Amino acid sequence: MRFVDEFREPELITRTADEIRRLANPARHYRFMEVCGGHTHSIYRFGLKDLLPSNMDLVHGPGCPVCVLPMGRIDDGLSMAERPDVIFTAFGDMMRVPGTKGSPLEYKARGMDVRIVYSPSDALKLARANPDKHVMFFAIGFETTAPSTALTLMRARAQGIHNFSVFCNHVTIIPAIRAILDSPDMRIDAFIGPGHVSTVIGCRPYAWIASNEDKPIVVTGFEPLDILQSIVMLLRQLKGKEKRVENQYKRAVPWEGNRAALKAMAEVFELRPYFEWRGLGFISQSALRIRESYAEWDAERRFSVPGVRVTDPKAAQCGEVLKGVLKPAQCKLFGKECTPEHPVGALMVSSEGSCAAYYNFEHRKRVVQIRPAVQEVA
Amino acid sequence: MTSVVSKIRFRDPQVEMAHGAGGKASRRLIDGLFAPLLFGSVPVPLGDAAHVNVNGTCVAITTDSFVVSPLRFPGGSIGELAVNGTVNDLAVSGARAQALVVSYVLEAGLPTEILEAEVRAMADAARAAGVIIAGGDTKVVEHGKADRMYITTSGIGQLIPGLSISPAAVRSGDKILLSGPIGDHGITILLARGDLDLEADLCSDTRSVLPLVEALAEAVGAGVHWMRDPTRGGVATTLNELAHDCGLGVVLAEDLIPVRDQVRGACELLGLDPLHIANEGQFLAVVAAEQAETALDALRKTPGGQDAALIGEIGEQPAGSVLVTTLYGGSRMVDMLVGDPLPRIC
Repeated sequence: MRFVDEFREPELITRTADEIRRLANPARHYRFMEVCGGHTHSIYRFGLKDLLPSNMDLVHGPGCPVCVLPMGRIDDGLSMAERPDVIFTAFGDMMRVPGTKGSPLEYKARGMDVRIVYSPSDALKLARANPDKHVMFFAIGFETTAPSTALTLMRARAQGIHNFSVFCNHVTIIPAIRAILDSPDMRIDAFIGPGHVSTVIGCRPYAWIASNEDKPIVVTGFEPLDILQSIVMLLRQLKGKEKRVENQYKRAVPWEGNRAALKAMAEVFELRPYFEWRGLGFISQSALRIRESYAEWDAERRFSVPGVRVTDPKAAQCGEVLKGVLKPAQCKLFGKECTPEHPVGALMVSSEGSCAAYYNFEHRKRVVQIRPAVQEVA
Repeated sequence: MTSVVSKIRFRDPQVEMAHGAGGKASRRLIDGLFAPLLFGSVPVPLGDAAHVNVNGTCVAITTDSFVVSPLRFPGGSIGELAVNGTVNDLAVSGARAQALVVSYVLEAGLPTEILEAEVRAMADAARAAGVIIAGGDTKVVEHGKADRMYITTSGIGQLIPGLSISPAAVRSGDKILLSGPIGDHGITILLARGDLDLEADLCSDTRSVLPLVEALAEAVGAGVHWMRDPTRGGVATTLNELAHDCGLGVVLAEDLIPVRDQVRGACELLGLDPLHIANEGQFLAVVAAEQAETALDALRKTPGGQDAALIGEIGEQPAGSVLVTTLYGGSRMVDMLVGDPLPRIC
């Protein structure tokens, strides 16, 4: 498969891992944060931790939009699904995320009209096909998915489709990184920068991390070789005492970002004064809401949303895991009360959440040297 | 009576879709509710078919219900699945299907041409698999009370001589064989539903695996320790059940598992793992290490078995779990599927 297999080439991966071991100073400890949940998933899925020196920790950041969504917002969204005339639509990512009265899938099992869509424009199509129903799209995601929501709303207005609305939960990545860096117990040496978000916002918005916070950041792709190469680039910067924004993911990320996408977002969205993040609390100017000029398609304005607030159980230590103070398995609830099937904390909710990824791919793992035996016969 | 009731551990307040998806929730329902009430205190290994002694002759018996949507998809249809699914459940339990009985649940308003097409598909599939359909039953429910048609088939089979299959027969060092590429059926269905604006040149793999099972039995006989067809929940779920049942570890080599590019591509795009995707015409076999090569050879020489592969082995560790290793030395645990595989977008 082109553009995938090249970045999973075993020989190149082994060589890059050797380079990491050569560059890493055995006398110190390294703590790199991968901001994006997609990276967390790749790191576990490809077993990349096994290739890194033992004095290097990868800390899983806040970039899983499902994980950071407070349960109250899910309840708010699902309250609309209970209306008999509403078709509730969302990405597959949302379907198993629990609200206080169940997940969207459980609502569906109880007979409510809940459907998975692949993009917001599919939800709009559904609205066109069901003129006697109201189709509500539960929008989540960082700047990666916000432009497609914006374009869909622009299309809904242009085509005069009035039985469609968006419950907007889009968040922005920079304030979340800032909140983590501002935290007094923060212990990160450098950042593996988000790849998908950067295809939209470009690399410029990260400049302050290098200049003000003295931390290197490398915008990174999602294949094993991308992530390892990015670690090489971070180690080289640290070794040379440099602090720069670098772009490892040049095949997808233009330095200036995607102007058309940014323009669509600016047309439809404005910043909320503040928004609650699961595990991190309230962060100012960290989320998007729909502008007044698109009020007719804004589910929050159109329906009365209860505005539910649900606090996470105190015992869940999601915040500490997000900031790199604790590893997933060090949380008191990990693997006991809190599992992917019955998540208590935010990071267990999505398969991109660090606790769920750790539980699914790493938990119970032993180092097993059996490959040679397998290959003898194969 | 009370001793049986006390073993009910199923505490979920209502039935969810996940309970039928073949993964963890299904297992919880079977182990926690069905098994203690229906099978009593005698622990029964939950294979694809039960072996029952009738007047001194051991026969295999199984049943399966089919509720697929859409009814027709590239490479097959619900009628074909209903025959092959039960033939295969018998085959991987070490039995040759002799006869099937069929139950139809039909929704009032179902066009006759759709019903006729599926009955024809069943007749063709039965002929191809060498099994007779000996009887059946039909129920019709009100319009809106079912999704067009559901089919249940039950089958009885004669044990293939020389085979003795059970998780308890599995030993550390045994090799794991797979009959062909995985994920074709599940991805075909996902795309055929048409919700995803994705297209791929791909067909369901539905077929009878009996010829392959018989080739294996003939080649290595008692060297086959265990077989299953990885349907719902995919290879990952089936092998996790094996690991759980035999208490040993399953270690797979990712690069040796055959997956078509179309399936890999769709899985990459949708954030799915091919190991969790359903198959309808493949099976897994655990064979004694010293006979693995002979077994693989026999599979590859049988029509439809040319893509068979050795994909891993049984070890002491990680006990009760499945580990996937990569060519460059990384590894990851692979768990059972929780619910249905859902596409990840953001």
